[in-house]
Order: sequence, then C-alpha cells, then structure tokens
Amino acid sequence: MSGVALELGVVAGYMVVALAVGLVAYRVTDRDAEDYYLAGRGLGTGVLLFTTFATLLSAFTFFAGPNIAYANGPEWILVMGLMDGVLFGLLWYVLGYRQWLLGKANGYVTLGEMLGDRFGSRGLRGLVAGVSIFWLFPYVMLQQIGAGEALVGLTGGAVPYWAGAGFITLFMVVYVAISGMRGVAWTDTLQGVFMLGITWVAFVWVAAEIAGTTGGLAGALPTEFRALGGGAYSPQWMLSQAIGIAVGVSMFPQVNQRFFVADSKRTLKRTFAIWPLLVVLLFVPAFLMGAWANGVGLPLPDGENIVPILLSEYTPGWFAALVVAGALAAMMSSSDSMLLSGSSYFTRDIYRPFVNADATARREDTLGRVGVAAFAVAAFGGSLLRPGSLLEVGSTAFGGFAQLAPPVALAMYWRRTTKAGMFAGVLGTQAFYLATVFGPPVTLAGVPIIASSYFGWFAQVVGLPLGVVLTVGVSAVTAPSDTENASAYVDALRAD
Amino acid sequence: MINPGWDAYHDSMRTWRALGWGGCFVVLLGLAVPWFLWRSDTLVAGLPVWLWWHIAWMGVTALAFGAFARRDWGLFVTGERQ
Repeated sequence: MSGVALELGVVAGYMVVALAVGLVAYRVTDRDAEDYYLAGRGLGTGVLLFTTFATLLSAFTFFAGPNIAYANGPEWILVMGLMDGVLFGLLWYVLGYRQWLLGKANGYVTLGEMLGDRFGSRGLRGLVAGVSIFWLFPYVMLQQIGAGEALVGLTGGAVPYWAGAGFITLFMVVYVAISGMRGVAWTDTLQGVFMLGITWVAFVWVAAEIAGTTGGLAGALPTEFRALGGGAYSPQWMLSQAIGIAVGVSMFPQVNQRFFVADSKRTLKRTFAIWPLLVVLLFVPAFLMGAWANGVGLPLPDGENIVPILLSEYTPGWFAALVVAGALAAMMSSSDSMLLSGSSYFTRDIYRPFVNADATARREDTLGRVGVAAFAVAAFGGSLLRPGSLLEVGSTAFGGFAQLAPPVALAMYWRRTTKAGMFAGVLGTQAFYLATVFGPPVTLAGVPIIASSYFGWFAQVVGLPLGVVLTVGVSAVTAPSDTENASAYVDALRAD
Repeated sequence: MINPGWDAYHDSMRTWRALGWGGCFVVLLGLAVPWFLWRSDTLVAGLPVWLWWHIAWMGVTALAFGAFARRDWGLFVTGERQ
C-alpha cells in the first residue's frame, strides 16, 4: 500500500469513527442547549483531560512546535511547559474552577452569559461574544487553510485546495451539528490518546536510530542548542510567549467553555494534578525530534514541516504517513470544538438576547446546529478568498483573547467591579491591542506607546496590566448601575 | 459556640495556608524554566541538564498540585477549604 493511500485511509477511517461516535452522542443527547453545548456538565476525568488536551494542542504539536525547536532550539519545551503545564493549570483552577461553580449554580453556558447576568447588561454579554467571535472566526479560517493544504500535500496535488478545504468543512459541519459537545469530547479522547501514543513510538524509534550513529544523541544536538537561552530565546521573549498564550488560551471560547463541563469537584481535582504530567509527556518527545532533525543536518524547505521529514528519514513510509494523518485528524478535532463554541456564543449571546428573546429551547437547539453550519461555511469562504487583514487577525488571536482575562478575573473576584469598569477594561484593551497589531508605531521620548515590543515584552502582555488599571480605575469612580446584581456570584458560591 | 477562640484560630490558619500555597505556586511558576542554569551547556545522557531539570520540575508540580487538591482545594477560589 502506498503512503498516500495509507494516509487517506487513516484520514477516512478517522472520519468514519468520528461520525459513528457523533451518532451515538446524538442519540444520548437531549434537545437543549446545556446538553448540546456542555454535554450536560457531565464529563469525567479521562474525557475532560483529553478533550481539553486535544483541543488545546492539536496539529501544533506535530507541525509548528517542532519547526520552532528545529529553528531556535529545544528551549521551546520549557516555554510550552511553563505556559500550558503550570500557568494554564493554575488559571484553570483560579478562573476555571470559579466559573465551574458559578456555571453549575446559575446555569451559565457561555462566558458572555455569566458576565451579562452579574452586570445586568445585555450589551456586555453581546460585547464579550462579539469580541470572541471576531478573533475566533479568522482563527478557524486558518485551521481550514492548514487542513486544505495538508490534503493537497497528502495527495500530491490530486485533490485541489478548494475541494480539500471544502470536504473537510462539510465533514465537520455534519459531524458537529449532529454530535455536539459529547461527541466532540469523545472523539477528542480517542484522538488525544492516539496522538500521545504515536508521538512516543516515533520518539523512541528516532532516538534508537540516532543513538546507533557515531555521534549518538548528544551529537544530534547542535552546539548552539545546548546552552539554555541565546538566539531568539531571551527571558522576556520566553515569558511573553508563555504568559500571553496561557492567558489567551483561558479565554479562547472552545477552552473557556470546557471550564463548565466537569461532572464533579473530584474530576476537577484529579485533572488539576494530572495535567502537568500530560503536558510534559507530549512536549518533550515532540519538540526534541525537531531539535534533533537540525543536529543530524536535515534541511527544512519553505512551507514544509520537519517532523514528517525526520520520520521519512528514520522510519518506514507507512509510519510517517500514519503520523501525518494523525496530525490532520488533530487539526480537525480542534476546529470542531471551535465551531461548536462559536455557534454557542452566537446563538446564546447575540441571537437570543438581541433578535429573538422568546426562542424556545427546542428552537435554540436547532439554531445552534444551523449556526455551526453557517459559521463553518463563512470561514470556508474566507479561506478561499484569504483577505490579508483577516489572516493577520487570526494569527494574533491569542493576544486578542488574552486581553479579556483581566476584566473577567476582576468581575469574578472583586465585588466593586462595575458595568462601566467592565466596558472600559474590555473595550480599552481591545483598542490598545488592535492598535499595536494594525496601527503605526508610536513612541514618546523614546518610550514605546503603541508598539509590538516594549523593551522585549510583547504588546499582548503589556495589555494585561492595562486591563487591570482600566477595569479597577473606572470601577472605582463609577457607581454600580441599578441592573447590576453584585451578589449573583457571591450567593452561588455560598450555596455550594 | 463551644470555643469562642475557634473562629479566630480558623481564620489565622487559613491565612497561613493561603500564604504557604501562594508562595508554593509562585516558586512552581518561577522555576519551571531553570533561570539559574542560563547559558549552561552541560549534557547529561545526551540531553541538556536544564531539560532534565524541567522534566523533574513538572513532576514536582504535579505532586504539589495533587497535594493542594487533596488538602486545600477551594482555597483562593471559594475562601473555604472544600
């Protein structure tokens, strides 16, 4: 069997399994939003761990991550370990556990809904959803472009780009519209276990081959990669990446919504303890392979990925094909979660409050599924046209989401936060961050005011203290409006 | 109330626990990247010593998170030990 046929076979197999799982999930899912979007808040430890893991990491682990280690050195393992293993773990507790308690007590399905209830503000609810969709939409587009191009590469151009991206879009629409969160989480679990397993097989295989050569494993690590830091890796760069992305991830709709879905406190406790191990188990082998590929002198042509190249050097064609197909499946399993969350933000926080407040649960359920299709098809259209500014928004999405975190954290923890403070915190930081991405640089007496880098620190990290200052400052000088319900969160926690 | 001093005692214990765990989390964050090994190029078993530190540190982090979850889950978030 040729590599291409095998790759397509694995991709097709994955799709068939995903559809079957989706159908089973459809049968056991009630026709209401809480069950469709949150699997009835009933996920146990194993599924919660792996669905978050697979949603978070996806194809990045196989492609972009190892490419960074190949180009700059294995310090990327430390950046990702600090980012996802420690910092995101703590954010999951501090923000996520609080959200879980509030969601369970008050029935929240989305972040915007949670904030809108506390501040009695339809506008705030719509704003948070709107900002989220603004960053999420082009990010989904980028996933579709990646998947379409991967299919083109996989078939050596036999499948044209539009057909590849279109086929994957169609598949995801059918699958997500049917299965909802339960089915997505179940396939994520299968895919996460597969991803971890195959990464270790690849790692051990490659390590054994390299260890047998004259230089051994040490020889496969270029001299400039051995010392910690140097090159692209400055402390500010490493910390900016780790902080910016970890905070951004916590506000990404498909991750933030997973804060609501655990079945019990026990599940959350176990997940918290296992999480750092799962992260280090995946990143160390995946990114070391990228660094080794540099040391053994493999060239990386533009637009290609280093792991497939390394694998075709040291392992049989069928195995390399398996890993590539796994990565494609991983790409899809992240996109499906984004579609589902994007749809829920749209139907619950924009359609329902602003267009049709009297929609029945049944109608909302139908609309949610239609929303998945509309979101995916629009993103597909975008992936064909590829407007440059939209691509730029997608590639800076983590920073955009990160700006939401300070006002959200304050809203949950500081009772004096007011509606005006929330608007100032959200709008002010979004304006600041967008200006740093799109606007001309501005400096005042040598101090950067609008810039992508502030003495080595990224704009997305500089925006975080700005968000705290704006939210706290404006809250301090404004009175709560009549519609606010400052006790909405306090009472919920007491009831627990 | 059987013992009127109990509340004050309880509050002060909670403060100490919060300080202890807060400090622990800061150290876990601060040393996930071994800054004290900056520019060190020592290899152990073919891999940089700073990478071994990170791997071991993630294990320590998991143990600490596990201990926190067992003993003081809810601290900082609900204000109570759950």
